[in-house]
Amino acid sequence: MPEIIELSETIETDVVIVGAGPVGLFAVFELGLLDLRAHVIDILDRPGGQCAELYPEKPIYDIPGLPEVSGQQLTDNLLKQIAPFDPQFHFSTMVTALERLEDGRFRVETDAGETFVTKIIVIAAGGGSFQPKRPPVPEIEHYEGKSVFYAVRKIEAFRDRDVVIVGGGDSALDWTLNLEPVAKSVTLVHRRPEFRAAPDSVNKMWALEKEGRVKFRMGQLGSLQGENGELTKVVLKGAEGEEVLEANRLLPFFGLTMKLGPIADWGLNLDQNLIAVDTEKFETSEPGIFAIGDINTYPGKLKLILSGFHEAALMSHAAKRIVAPGERIIFQYTTSSTSLQKKLKAA
Amino acid sequence: MSDTLLIHVTDQNGKRHTLEALEGFRVMEIIRDWGLDIKAECGGACACGTCHVYVDENWTPKLYDPLDEEQDQLDQTFHVEDNSRLSCQLIMTPELNGLEVTLAPGTGSGRAAA
Repeated sequence: MPEIIELSETIETDVVIVGAGPVGLFAVFELGLLDLRAHVIDILDRPGGQCAELYPEKPIYDIPGLPEVSGQQLTDNLLKQIAPFDPQFHFSTMVTALERLEDGRFRVETDAGETFVTKIIVIAAGGGSFQPKRPPVPEIEHYEGKSVFYAVRKIEAFRDRDVVIVGGGDSALDWTLNLEPVAKSVTLVHRRPEFRAAPDSVNKMWALEKEGRVKFRMGQLGSLQGENGELTKVVLKGAEGEEVLEANRLLPFFGLTMKLGPIADWGLNLDQNLIAVDTEKFETSEPGIFAIGDINTYPGKLKLILSGFHEAALMSHAAKRIVAPGERIIFQYTTSSTSLQKKLKAA
Repeated sequence: MSDTLLIHVTDQNGKRHTLEALEGFRVMEIIRDWGLDIKAECGGACACGTCHVYVDENWTPKLYDPLDEEQDQLDQTFHVEDNSRLSCQLIMTPELNGLEVTLAPGTGSGRAAA
């Protein structure tokens, strides 16, 4: 859709934060106290990062002042805390390109077709961007986008096709039910006959299986056969050996994994897939690009949310000095400063 | 030091390491603490499957059966076998002194071996 990209306006801002996990969210607060406005980009469709995606219900016990808080509660609290600074969120979006402009600012492009021009970049990307897990099947990448999909965007792409769905969660079960009326055949493959999907979907699937309208196979993906990205067969490995299924569409649903992604290509000094920073400003090897939270590394680094909060505060002061060189930064407390309280709309 | 606990961990390259273990710690934490290459992305929340190990068959009867959440996570993990476990769900006890596990494919971050 190149015309949309051409029409989209360039967004000029002080700061682009990559990652809307707890540390990225708190960075909005610390930057906001210093009058720096931020756009926040995240590949997930909602804020919270790992806290919301991996363990929303799990209690966290080591946030100072919060004896016990769930990942979701912490996210909700942070959103409330940063609301006065009106952060602009860009969800389901991945940064695809980054370049430094002649005036020292950065141009950031996303897969959603947005372009940002920003003075500061803050990488708060945790373990990296969440991406669908790719089954370790030889040459699967040749079929991706043609015959192998990790999400259903257009149901029509599955009409009159032999579809194999692998997995035991809601995505696998929901698409088994939804594609059954459309596809030529649907085979659900899972390693065991128990499912973690909603019981109602599981019951419906078994009912369809009884009627012979969907097939269920216990096993795991073995290999793929086909040509030029067009799948013809899926080979399963089961307890009783191999089975070959006629298939021209494959939907593997194994959840998400974290990958560093395009950040690896930004020319930053990396140390074992983490971004090396100093401990005064949490700046990377590239001036103006900061890295905070689980994605950075320095001597003594502990991957704790509270460490990321501390890093966000120091980073913000360093960022302010870049955005407003020469301006005196007065260190203030939210308890006593009326100007900070005004910003927080508390006064 | 007769009460020292040990576990044996075979890494992704087939090298066997003998590691001193502490009671009450997760086997994943012991492996990570000794510097072996284990992603353990979620930090032990049973939420990622990147601490997947195969447990030696002599030891499987000594382990607690996996809870539903571990089974659910194994569903989203590759190369799963009958003796697959998530090492973040194995808590070290004196009964497990000598435990023998092998890191499954996909658990390494790809960094140089420790």
